[in-house]
Amino acid sequence: MREEIITSGRMNPKIDPYLNIWHWEIPIYLFLGGLAAGILFFAAFYTINGKEKDFPTAIEKTPLIVPFLLVIGLISLFLDLHHKLYFWRLYTTIRLESPMSWGAWVLMIVTPLSFIWAAIHLKKVFPSFKWPFPWLDIIEEFFIKYKKVIAWAMIISSLILGMYTGILLSAFNARPLWNTSILGPLFLVSGLSTGAAMNILFAKTHLEKKTFSTIDLALIGVELFLIVHLFMGLLASTQVQIDAASLFLGGSYTAAFWVLVVLMGMVIPAILEILELWKFKIPLFVPALLVIFGGILLRFIITFAGQTSRWLY
Amino acid sequence: MRYAMAIDTKKCVGCSDCVIACQTENNVPIGYCRDWIVEVTDGTYPQLEMEIRSERCNHCDNSPCVRCCPTGASHIVEGGIVLVTPNECIGCGACIASCPYDARYPHPDGHVDKCTFCVHRVEKGQQPACVGVCPTNCLYFGDLDDPKSEVSEILKTRKYKTLIPQAGTEPQLYFLI
Ligand code: SF4
Ligand code: SF4
Repeated sequence: MREEIITSGRMNPKIDPYLNIWHWEIPIYLFLGGLAAGILFFAAFYTINGKEKDFPTAIEKTPLIVPFLLVIGLISLFLDLHHKLYFWRLYTTIRLESPMSWGAWVLMIVTPLSFIWAAIHLKKVFPSFKWPFPWLDIIEEFFIKYKKVIAWAMIISSLILGMYTGILLSAFNARPLWNTSILGPLFLVSGLSTGAAMNILFAKTHLEKKTFSTIDLALIGVELFLIVHLFMGLLASTQVQIDAASLFLGGSYTAAFWVLVVLMGMVIPAILEILELWKFKIPLFVPALLVIFGGILLRFIITFAGQTSRWLY
Repeated sequence: MRYAMAIDTKKCVGCSDCVIACQTENNVPIGYCRDWIVEVTDGTYPQLEMEIRSERCNHCDNSPCVRCCPTGASHIVEGGIVLVTPNECIGCGACIASCPYDARYPHPDGHVDKCTFCVHRVEKGQQPACVGVCPTNCLYFGDLDDPKSEVSEILKTRKYKTLIPQAGTEPQLYFLI
């Protein structure tokens, strides 16, 4: 049998025997970014459509957690940096060719928007809430007047943010598993799905619960479709891509991916949501929590598996 | 000007002198390397072929590491040499993930580090440390745009290959075969 044996004298820490430069920080950053994008998207969407009365959870309540999600996300990104003292360099230049750069800038736009959005809805969620200074009321009034404009800015920037969480990885030609344009849409849809799940968790009315579980069901359908395409694309490509796909088709990530992400995070919640639509009594927080859990694991598994997929040795 | 290196895989004996010379010259932290030896044994026993390569950053013409750097710390200087400016680098690791050759590593000080083609020596008209020290003289360095340079001359007479050209980075290390 013909064999090729390669021995390399390189043993650089975090590079060999396989790349291990990104740990929990990047997947958490990607997950929180996607979740925040999902929540903001629905809030903006129903505001623009004038559905304030029907969707108080999606518009007023759930977005209150977004500033926290984004700040934790930015802290995770900061923790991932090895040269932390130079963090500010990220914001002294914009480099459009670098997803790391424009993504950091998109976050710099989305984060203040999410703070403003949360601030102008505080009084609705907590009726006894009062600003400590009267000039804050004036600012609040100003922003409430331009709520629709903010909603438009939010819907656009949240879609970019959701997409970016996938593009950050898919822009790396050097890691065959990541180097597929499916990752952008897949992470965007997964972000929207976790956003819908969060709304199910917080919703009080039957209408909101039912709407978001139907939306989530559709989004899971799209995710499964994208995953099939992801593998079709990889398997129809060159040997390195086939090797990358085999990490999930018999390789070391097979069980984790298919059982935890696809079965527990997508198929089972979808079945539960279908049963609920058929009038079975299902506590909807179960599929919602499963979807969120699946969303976290999807980011972790793709980030870690991608680092083990390479071109050379 | 386009600096490049040719590595004669038929002459290299894998002694690792280039590795040690680089570590000494560039103060590479202990346990790390900017260049390294790869041995490939290929074939069906007993018809085996062996290739020994001294590898390092390819100073690619189409370098993904420079494109993905969010701060501009990774950049290209005169002659196509790819460098990292330590106090502009935030250590995000994007360039490390982007290099199909895994030629970069995180320096213990936090910034990213890699082969510089010994730019501090080349500027003075000297050769990179690895080239100067090789006991079999299997490394050739020079300007590809100058048809009289050592590297241009050897590439005219010998067959060569680059590593994973299909990754599309236009690598500038030429392995003589
Ligand atoms: S070998 Fe890697 S680090 Fe060097 S220029 Fe090419 S992509 Fe960049
Ligand atoms: S680790 Fe440094 S050199 Fe590499 S991409 Fe990030 S900032 Fe640029």
